Amino acid sequence: MMRNPTGRITQGQFSFLPDLTDDEIRMQVAYGLDHGYAWSIEYTDDPHPRNVYWEMYGMPMFDLKDPAGVLMDLAECRKTFPQHYIRLVAFDSTRGVESIRMSFIVNRPENEPGFGLYRQEGHGRTMGYTVRSYATDKPDGERY
Amino acid sequence: MASPNYDIPGASAPADSVPANTPAAAAGPRDSGARTVAEVLKESRVEAVMDELDRDLVGLLPVKQRIRDIAALLVIDKLRMNLGLQAQAPSMHMCFTGNPGTGKTTIAMRMAEILHRLGYVRSGHLIAVTRDDLVGEYIGHTAPKTREVLKKAMGGVLFIDEAYYLYRPENERDYGQEAIEILMQVMENHRDDLVVILAGYKERMDTFFQSNPGMSSRIAHHIEFPDYSVDELLRIAELMLEEQNYAFGDGTRDVMRDYLERRIRQPRFANARSVRNALDRARLRQASRLFRDRDLVLSKTDLSAIAPADLLASRIFQDGRPVGD
Repeated sequence: MMRNPTGRITQGQFSFLPDLTDDEIRMQVAYGLDHGYAWSIEYTDDPHPRNVYWEMYGMPMFDLKDPAGVLMDLAECRKTFPQHYIRLVAFDSTRGVESIRMSFIVNRPENEPGFGLYRQEGHGRTMGYTVRSYATDKPDGERY
Repeated sequence: MASPNYDIPGASAPADSVPANTPAAAAGPRDSGARTVAEVLKESRVEAVMDELDRDLVGLLPVKQRIRDIAALLVIDKLRMNLGLQAQAPSMHMCFTGNPGTGKTTIAMRMAEILHRLGYVRSGHLIAVTRDDLVGEYIGHTAPKTREVLKKAMGGVLFIDEAYYLYRPENERDYGQEAIEILMQVMENHRDDLVVILAGYKERMDTFFQSNPGMSSRIAHHIEFPDYSVDELLRIAELMLEEQNYAFGDGTRDVMRDYLERRIRQPRFANARSVRNALDRARLRQASRLFRDRDLVLSKTDLSAIAPADLLASRIFQDGRPVGD
């Protein structure tokens, strides 16, 4: 299911868990670096569970040896976008994979208003459903 | 949303206590029960690196002494930490000054290893950069570029060769200043995460520090690399040959000494690097000398010996005019 009873957006790993602390994030990042993944930071204020196109914050970080670099950038991103969703994404460049291996949300707005369910009646009493975040009523940049 | 309004299945403890039982305190040196200097040394195996340093690197006594001091401080700090005596992590940023070829880069590599063994840096890799890697070409290019390098160096050692090039007073629109500012900020705020080592020639580094006093004060260790004496250079030459399975033939050692005495007086003498170049050219001459006689059966000694003639063919012995490397 796309949403959980708390109204928190669930996307990627760990999103049904309580927010990760910085130490826990550091350990996840270290795990990725041990496997040779390149981390990058992305943010958005358009909280649809299916919105996979987030904005990049800086370039993907290749050739890192230590999570401190990722955490440093994350701290900056949080300072710039304290009320946005921020996620860390690990890219695995192994031949044949060349795709995202890990992705988890590390920052959420303080107040997540949740989603409204919209129904469209179609032919023969069929019903179409869609969800829409209450936060997206406002234009980009003014949400949260 | 620090505390969620739901429980994780299977977790009895509240969410707040989760970090307490994770081994997340990876930042500082690993805590252990060591109580004596010997125990710490055994744990960190730093002695091996120090011995290697003594064995492989000729001369450089003041440098080695300083490295011993630093190692001692870090060992004692570790003992203090084990007994719960908190102290701020000492600043380990360094500046190596000295003439070309005096071993600044080599020592920096060893430094990364030593600091890693002592648990001061976490991964012990060395990122060697110059001005080009830090300073951008247009407005807004420098900051991301510098940060990228810094991020790569986190957990290890960032070695900035010829650091004085970062600051170019003759060009007021130079972006070097921006790189220096970011560097200083990270050196201050991420002291636990990386060690910055600047290297360069003495006079030019002095000018650099004069125009960037903040930089100078953020660097705890200013280490000067002395020039090598002829004896030390000879020893270096022997070590270099040994490494490549060559050796001096009969009488070559004296010729080499003569060569070095002449070469030192020439301009652009680069200490160990000049020795390396001289040996490389001697190897070329040895190869063509052996090449000339097609039917000679060459023994192992023939193939590994550098004969006096191989060195005497050098331009240094022909006349007094200055030559390059």
